[in-house]
Order: sequence, then C-alpha cells, then structure tokens
Amino acid sequence: MTVEEKEQLAGILGRYRKESSNLIPLLQEVQEILGYLSREAMREIASFLEIPEVEVYGTATFYNQFRFVPLGKHHIRVCMGTACHLAGGKLILEALERELGIKVGDTSEDGNFSLERVACIGCCMLAPVVVIGDKIYPKMTPFKGEETLIPYKQKIQEESPSNEQS
Amino acid sequence: MTFEEIKNRAKSEWEALQNSTYILIGTATCGRAAGALDTVDAFNNELARRSIEVPITQVGCMGLCYAEPLVTISKPEFLRVVYHNVTPELVPRLVEGYIMSDDPCLELALGTLEGGGEEAPYVPELPRFEHELRLVLRRCGYVDPENINHYIANGGYSSLERVLQMQPEGIVEEIKSSGLRGRGGAGFPTGRKWEFCRASEGEPKYVVCNADEGDPGAFMDRVVLESDPQQVIEGMIIGGYVIGSKQGYIYIRAEYPLAVERVKIALKQAEELGLLGDNILGTGFNFHIDLAMGAGAFVSGEETALMAAVEGKMSTPRPRPPYPAQSGLWGKPTLLNNVKTFANIPLIIERGADWFASIGTEGSKGTAVFTLAGKVNNAGLAEVPMGTTLRELVYDIAGGIPKDKSFKAVQIGGPSGGCLPESLLDTPIDFDSLREAGSMMGSGGMIVIDEDNCMVDAARFFLDFTTKESCGKCTMCRLGTLQMLRILEDVTTGKGKIEDLDLLLELAEDVKAGSLCALGGTAPNPALTTLRYFRDEYEAHVLEKRCPAKVCPELTAYYILPDKCERSCEHCVLTCPTEAIKGEKGEIKVIEQEKCVNCGTCLDVCPPEYDAVVKLSPITQLPPEDLAAKERGIAQQAQQVA
Repeated sequence: MTVEEKEQLAGILGRYRKESSNLIPLLQEVQEILGYLSREAMREIASFLEIPEVEVYGTATFYNQFRFVPLGKHHIRVCMGTACHLAGGKLILEALERELGIKVGDTSEDGNFSLERVACIGCCMLAPVVVIGDKIYPKMTPFKGEETLIPYKQKIQEESPSNEQS
Repeated sequence: MTFEEIKNRAKSEWEALQNSTYILIGTATCGRAAGALDTVDAFNNELARRSIEVPITQVGCMGLCYAEPLVTISKPEFLRVVYHNVTPELVPRLVEGYIMSDDPCLELALGTLEGGGEEAPYVPELPRFEHELRLVLRRCGYVDPENINHYIANGGYSSLERVLQMQPEGIVEEIKSSGLRGRGGAGFPTGRKWEFCRASEGEPKYVVCNADEGDPGAFMDRVVLESDPQQVIEGMIIGGYVIGSKQGYIYIRAEYPLAVERVKIALKQAEELGLLGDNILGTGFNFHIDLAMGAGAFVSGEETALMAAVEGKMSTPRPRPPYPAQSGLWGKPTLLNNVKTFANIPLIIERGADWFASIGTEGSKGTAVFTLAGKVNNAGLAEVPMGTTLRELVYDIAGGIPKDKSFKAVQIGGPSGGCLPESLLDTPIDFDSLREAGSMMGSGGMIVIDEDNCMVDAARFFLDFTTKESCGKCTMCRLGTLQMLRILEDVTTGKGKIEDLDLLLELAEDVKAGSLCALGGTAPNPALTTLRYFRDEYEAHVLEKRCPAKVCPELTAYYILPDKCERSCEHCVLTCPTEAIKGEKGEIKVIEQEKCVNCGTCLDVCPPEYDAVVKLSPITQLPPEDLAAKERGIAQQAQQVA
C-alpha cells in the first residue's frame, strides 16, 4: 500500500466502532476507496476489529462482491442472468474473452480491461446486456460486443505516453 | 406538526403540481438502461434553449419496460399523455408541439391518462390492463420517489396514523383475516408470523425487510424500492409497532445502487417529518431503520443466512426451528418479511381485510407481482390478482412471443422454480397450484422460453448458478448439485448415457432431502421439471446426439449451403470473429469447422434473400470432411477448457 492508501484506510477505520458486525460494511468501504481488497488492507481490518485474519479473509472470499486484484481501467461486466443466457449471453462473453485475450475474472496485463460475469443486473428486456463502467450496452451480439470495445481501445491509445512521443 | 398538517401541506404541493404543466420521466434502472438520462438532459437543454421553465420529475417504473424511455406530459385542462421510446431526437418535437403549443403529438404517444380520446388509447384500457390489478405498483411511475409529499398526498402514512391509535392485537387480527401470505416465495401466512413474533419473549426485537432479490430475471423488489419506497417503510414501521420493536433493517443488494440511494432519501424524509425515529407523530413510539448492504451472495435471500450477513458473518443458513420470530438477529425475536409483503400492509389497513380477501383465490389472496422477460414482446412488470392464468400473463399481458416463434416453456421462480410446458399454461398463479406443477411462486420472476432455446441447456444454466451460489454448508447441496451439473454437461456435449437420466432423478431427490435450506431444497427443480415435461429433448441429446433447438455447440454445426451462397457477398467472411470462413470474392464461402466457435454471427449477417447459412444437428449431417474438422475443433476446445 502506498502512504496515501494507508492514510485513507486509517481514515475509514477511524469512523467505525470496533464491532464485528461492522466487518462487511468495512470491507465494502475499503474496496470502494482502494478499488480492491489487498492482503495488507485485510490484515489492518482484522487487527482493528480484533478478530483473526482468517475470519476476514473467509468472509471476504465468501461474497461475490469482493475482489482481491485491482480492476482494469475499463471494467466490463457481462450479464449472465436467465434472460441474457437465453438470448446468447455466453456467446458475448466468449467474444469479449477472445477480443481482449483474457479470461473472465481476469484483468489484462496492461491494466486496461477487466472482465467479469454477473448474475443479473435486472435489465432483462434489453438482453443480452454488457456493462462497461457505468454504461449499459443493450441487445448485444458477439459482433457488436467487439465493436463496442473500439472507442475504449482508441481512448487508451490516445492517452498512452508512447503515443505522445511519436 | 400534526399528521393533519403534514397531509395538508403535501396535498397542496401535489395539487399545485397538478394545476401546472409538468413532465415525468421514468428513470428507474430499466429506463436508464434504455437511455432515459439522455432524455432528461435533452429536455433540460431544450427547455433552457427556449428559456421556459417546466418542472421535470424523475419517476420510477410503470412496468412497461419495453417502451422505455417513457415520458408523461401533463398540462392543466389538457390530456395527460404518455409517450414511449422517447429518444433525445424526439424531445424538441414534444417541447415545441405540446409544451409551447397545443399539439399533443399523439402519433408518438403510448396513450393518454384520460379517457375518451379517439386518436390515442386510454392507457388503463390497453389490453394488458384488462388483466392487471395494480395495488403495490399503483403509484409506481406516477409519483416522485424522492419526494415523500407525493406519497402522503396519495394516501401514504394515513395507515400508520390509524394504526398508532389501535391496539396491536387488532392489527394482527386484521392482517390474519386479510389472508396475506409472504411475498418472498414460501407463502407463509403473514398475520401468523406477526402474531408469533409479538408473543415471543426477548428484548430488543427487530424488524427486517428482505430486499436481497437474487433470482436472475427477477427485479420486482428493485422496481418497488426505486419507484415507491415509502410504502415499504410505512409497512415496516407498522410491523415495529405491532411486535414492539424499536429497530428495523433493510437488507438490500449492493448491485442495486439506485434503489439504495432512493431508500436512503426516503428514510431521511420520513425522519424529517417525524414519521420515523423517536416519538413518531407524538405518540411516544420510537422506531429507527438502518440499511444493511448485501455483498453479493444468492444464499443471503434465505432468512437465517440473511441474518448472519446482517451480523457481519459469512452468510450461511442454520436449522429452523427456532424460527426468526423466536430467535433471529443476535438471538432476538425478529420479524422478517419481503419488500412486497411490507408494501401490502398499509393497503390492507387502509382498505380493510375484507376488501383484500375478496381479491385472489381461496388459498392465495391479493395480487402477485411478476417480471416478464425472455422471449416476449412486452417485457416489463405486471401485477395481477392471484388466480390469473399463466396463459393470460404470457399472451395477453406480455404480448406473446416475438417473430412468430412458438412457445416452449415458461420458467417461474428462478433457479428454485421449474419450467412449465404449454399444456400447463392454464395453471392459475397461486402459491399452491404452482407448487403442485413442480414449480413455485418464488419471488416472481417469469421467463418465457421459445423454440430456439434448449431445455437441457436451460436446466444446466440454473444448476450452474446454484452450484456456484451454494454456500457449501450441506454436502448434498455442495457436491450433489455439482454432480447433477456434470451429468447435464455430459448430456449437452453428447457424452451422456441414457441411465444418467435416472441417476439425475435419484440425485435430485437426495439433494432435496439432504439440504438445510431452500437453496438446496429447490435447486433440483429446473432439472426435475425439464426431465418431467421435456424428456424427449434429453433423449434426443443422449440417443441421437442431436440438440432439437440447435443450441448446444458440441451437437450443432453451422454450414453454408453451397448452392445458396451468393459468392460475391462477403458479409460472413468480414464479420466472423475467428476468421473461420474462407473464400475469395466470387467464390463459394466455406466455414472451416475446426475454427468455428458457434457464435452464429454468419447466420445473423447472411442477407435474408440468400439465407445460405444453416444450423445442423446432429453434426453428422455435415459432409464427411467438415465433420472430421468439426470433431477436431471440439476436441481442441475440450482440451483448452481442461
């Protein structure tokens, strides 16, 4: 953790009472601020609540919400709810895996993209659905899935320092 | 302020709005997904550009999700008109037409909210509303969910005010005689639960609202909380008064950020008016509500697992009894109900138990709220009296199946429910009839499956979900479901044996018997019902290596008919994601089966006048060389997965 992250973490812990029922809200807030739950952050939480580290890790890994690696700059969620599945959601997921060269649950090596499957985001009338950041892309096809990535890739290229030099 | 003063103030605010020109835009999650926030921006810009001030209220969902973004324009002395699919491009026309002058632009309208118009239908007379009875949803889409005065002006909190002058026993009797059953799925009589909890000894007592709506394909509770959250809060306060509790929790999914935000606002506004908090309406009754955020675990919808999550632990269920009404949160008596159960309470107090009991069937009173999704024309939300048939729901309300495809099954109750075939479409919707048919009411998600979907694949999908979401406490749920999933995977990949189907049935019974909570107890339902009603599809997979719906990739191949390929067209070549289609311009295009990933893009893009791409199942219908290549491709992919 950087010094800044340590300060942020201490700030969050300072606002909570040392009660074990605060474990989940704490994990949620730490993840919200730091982007994921690092080993160090979980240790800090354990020593703050005075509970075993394994209890923090066990609880955190139990719930789908918690992540243990940082997300990509552009986080992609592919809905795998029933309506999306019946409309071909799996094909969209496979298309994105191919296009990004990563597997679901992973973050790309350059840190630009991460791919996640989610159970249902409740937009069943627009199935199949992909969410990039906060933006919802409705009625996807494998081909549209690949096309959707183009502006994001362009943006990354524009922002990359090697691009500025050339 | 007395309640009379609060009510009068709310009413005058509401009436002032009704006597002015105003715009309502549905911005629940479904509206947002359809672009409603862009529509809001477009209205703001257009009004600013023309320097006119018209209030825009962001409302919830009317349940007509297929028509989003929905906009209602109301002008005094004129028709209130509901416009559908309002994209930003349509906004200048509406502003100029109906806000600046008097052209109601009826060609863009879904309908009007006043009867008598001939050019546009009267919304309550749209065919679907013949079957609907909106009680819990009655204000959704018409009131501002972030303004408590809209709720109060439309009858809200009058029930709480009445209740606070009644004896708790009288309220319990009223709810018991209304016949209300829990809307979370199991259907336990609500009045009896309240009575037990009131009688339980232990202090303090808690009220918990279960808003952990985890079923994929179900979003009723989300819509209620995003569109009219105060009714749930009022129901919880009444519950607190009846059982003698001072503290409530709403356990809500973190995946519903907008619902969380709107509930927070609703709680704050109720506190500011003295309807929640200390000394409610000057009666000396104290009741507080806090939010507890779910962290994404399907099992948390089970009541004992939910309480473990609120306590900050791993969300695993425990044996019952003792029931939460006796020993719940932190071992204290806890009244735990679903969002819609609480939403029904103020209504029963307001209109009386006899009125409520007159709606529905012998054993199931009131209404059922359903989400309609999957292969239907008019996806969205519906609220119907119990006893309405599935056929009415699928065809009259959801508008039937798109593209003239034929109906195959309706899936009710999510991963815990079952798939019911055409022959059971006349089943009335109530707790007992659905259970008899092998499904269950569940929380109310309804998904229509058409001829293009494979029933074995559907069963595999649900088992994949329950296997992942099993908390792991019970062996049969953790490993039994996994074994069932393996069998279904074998069937869908053509490796299944006919005796596997009997093993599947046997395992299903064991998983049901050997699981502590409803997750494991109902997880086999999708497999059981598909085996019961669609056994022919299983047998086709196993015996003929054929997927009748042509879905399962190992049993289905895409093929370009040489005599139909137009040669000069290159749509398929250019769009194939794995560059599996070869053929120069002017040549017949051929799919290299080894590289094909069955994504179906070539079939989608092949112009309908050529219609050259077909799906074949079994794959032995391919010419021998292609078949050999396809088999190599399948073997490679299997290796990659391993």
